[in-house]
Amino acid sequence: MAAIRCTGLVKRYDDVVAVAGLDLTVEARECFGLLGPNGAGKTTTIEILEGLTAPDAGDVEVLGMRWTVGAAETRALRERLGIQLQDTQLADKLTVEETVRLFRSFYRSAHSVDEVLALVELEEKRTSWVGKLSGGQKQRLAVACALVSRPELLFLDEPTTGLDPQSRRQLWDVIGRFRAAGGSVLLTTHYMEEAERLCDRVAIMDHGKIIALGTPQSLIASLGAEHVVEFALADGAGRPGSPPGTDELAALPGVRAVRPAVDRIALTVEEVHRAVPALLALLERRGAELSLLATHHATLEDVFVSLTGRQLRDE
Amino acid sequence: MSDHPLVQLSLARMREFYREPEAVFWVFGFPIVLAFALGIAFRNRGPGELRVAVLRGAGDSVVAAAVGRAPGLSPVVLDSTEARLQLRTGRVALLVVPGAPVVYRFDSTRTESRLARLEVDDALQRARGRIDVARVTDERVTEPGSRYIDFLIPGLLGMNLMGSGLWGVGFSVVQARTKRLLKRFMATPMRRSHYLLAFVLSRLVFLFVEVAALVGFGWLMFRVGVRGSIGAVAAITVLGALSFAGLGMLVASRARTIEAVSGLMNLVMLPMWILSGTFFSYARFPDAMQPFVKALPLTALNDALRAVMIDGSSLAHLGGPLGIVSVWGLVSFLVALRIFRWR
Repeated sequence: MAAIRCTGLVKRYDDVVAVAGLDLTVEARECFGLLGPNGAGKTTTIEILEGLTAPDAGDVEVLGMRWTVGAAETRALRERLGIQLQDTQLADKLTVEETVRLFRSFYRSAHSVDEVLALVELEEKRTSWVGKLSGGQKQRLAVACALVSRPELLFLDEPTTGLDPQSRRQLWDVIGRFRAAGGSVLLTTHYMEEAERLCDRVAIMDHGKIIALGTPQSLIASLGAEHVVEFALADGAGRPGSPPGTDELAALPGVRAVRPAVDRIALTVEEVHRAVPALLALLERRGAELSLLATHHATLEDVFVSLTGRQLRDE
Repeated sequence: MSDHPLVQLSLARMREFYREPEAVFWVFGFPIVLAFALGIAFRNRGPGELRVAVLRGAGDSVVAAAVGRAPGLSPVVLDSTEARLQLRTGRVALLVVPGAPVVYRFDSTRTESRLARLEVDDALQRARGRIDVARVTDERVTEPGSRYIDFLIPGLLGMNLMGSGLWGVGFSVVQARTKRLLKRFMATPMRRSHYLLAFVLSRLVFLFVEVAALVGFGWLMFRVGVRGSIGAVAAITVLGALSFAGLGMLVASRARTIEAVSGLMNLVMLPMWILSGTFFSYARFPDAMQPFVKALPLTALNDALRAVMIDGSSLAHLGGPLGIVSVWGLVSFLVALRIFRWR
């Protein structure tokens, strides 16, 4: 049985369509990632799946149950879920232990406070006020409150946004341990690295729709090449010559695709060692001067850019 | 048992409250400070000592001595300019010019001055040898419960029940809503009734402390007693606290921001601060307003508290005001449940 199955999901706010007909299946024991820029509809989607927002249209099934049944059944379903919301601020004046104890009291079967604090490595902060915790510790506490019910399915909405790299890795470890124990996860993120690291499958969302779906490897492979070469030209002051056209670039050996962006041009290439010398030779012939040249392995970020022509993060 | 959600939610409410020093002051400290200040300012002094000026000149010390022997009069010998100034500004009630005849200079429209004239004349005549022909004795009475502080303490109790009920519930609910904590709770199997009941339970615990502090202070400082039964006072305060918790729930049921709920809260409380007879009797308002004033929950609560504390009434005679308090609480709570925004 699938952990989550939804079809034809639609949600409108006034005249904005947040979710525009979305189909999704998350298998049991899978870690599934919803990727996309801010405003893509990720949070609306996950909150519909969590039963917190009613969709305008569509069908949702979570762990084989629906949100539209009676209160008792809904409560029974909530017993089996762990949910972390994007913008919850837990009470500042309660201690870590008091907060976990409070959340734990809502569930019939739950981890002990000790167990769950060990899961998120917050034992030392047991008696600290929530208001005194660092961002990463607060986030781990939020995940602790989601894990306390021993959920079968964990929802995480941008769990690591705004955290430093070390806190982020600590949270990844927490999620890794939950999965190792057999849990299913649905998470949203706009960090590609996070998705590649954690997720078995990802769905890339844009404007309320899924525009690509697959394993991170298969999505990257869909670019047709593994490397990305980015370059930018100097203003050309003092040097004659003009920038090369897209056609010329595409014709270079090993180049699969050309994506002009605002301040640079990105080439998806199969073999860097052939493409780069050819590019340099072409620029030399044109008399153009480089101001930037960089290469990296293709990432989900490149997949998003190639699909939408936009950067994923607008910062 | 201690892991029951209702217990945990109530504990959380109480912890959040007592870990906020400002909130603790406004609920417990402020009414006591207010009672103290007002109790001192309006303590019953009776007419007090009357200051009487004696004009400097021949015979002033004899006159001053005669006046000084009379109880309730306090003479000062002053120069002419200073005496006129003090008389004009009301710092002395009367100016005595010694001589033959003795002249009393005073403003006859001031009660105090006329009283001073009578007392001073009496003292001077007796000093010169007048014999009273009829034998009289004074019998002084101070009726317990008739002082301003006796009126004030029950009123402050009522006002405090209103304030802490509305703020305690309303503010916390809206804060939980703006912090998305309410939504987070909705994502658990928590029962909504438990969430709301926890407010009521934690209110009742603090209520006990609140009432004990104010009533205890009134007794220790001003000997303000409870004429009726303590049980009746307890029952009325519990009912009042529940009613205002319901009203607080209603005020907070839709508001999304602290600013919005603060505005609503003041809108609800301000009329009652003024109209409900906390600091002065609402009988001073025009007759046409009386039905409206009496229908306010704080008016009814204050009336009930005063009836028990000052007049010693029993609950059986307070059906009217207690009915008003109950109806307000019940209706607010039911409406709040229907329109409550849970996220």
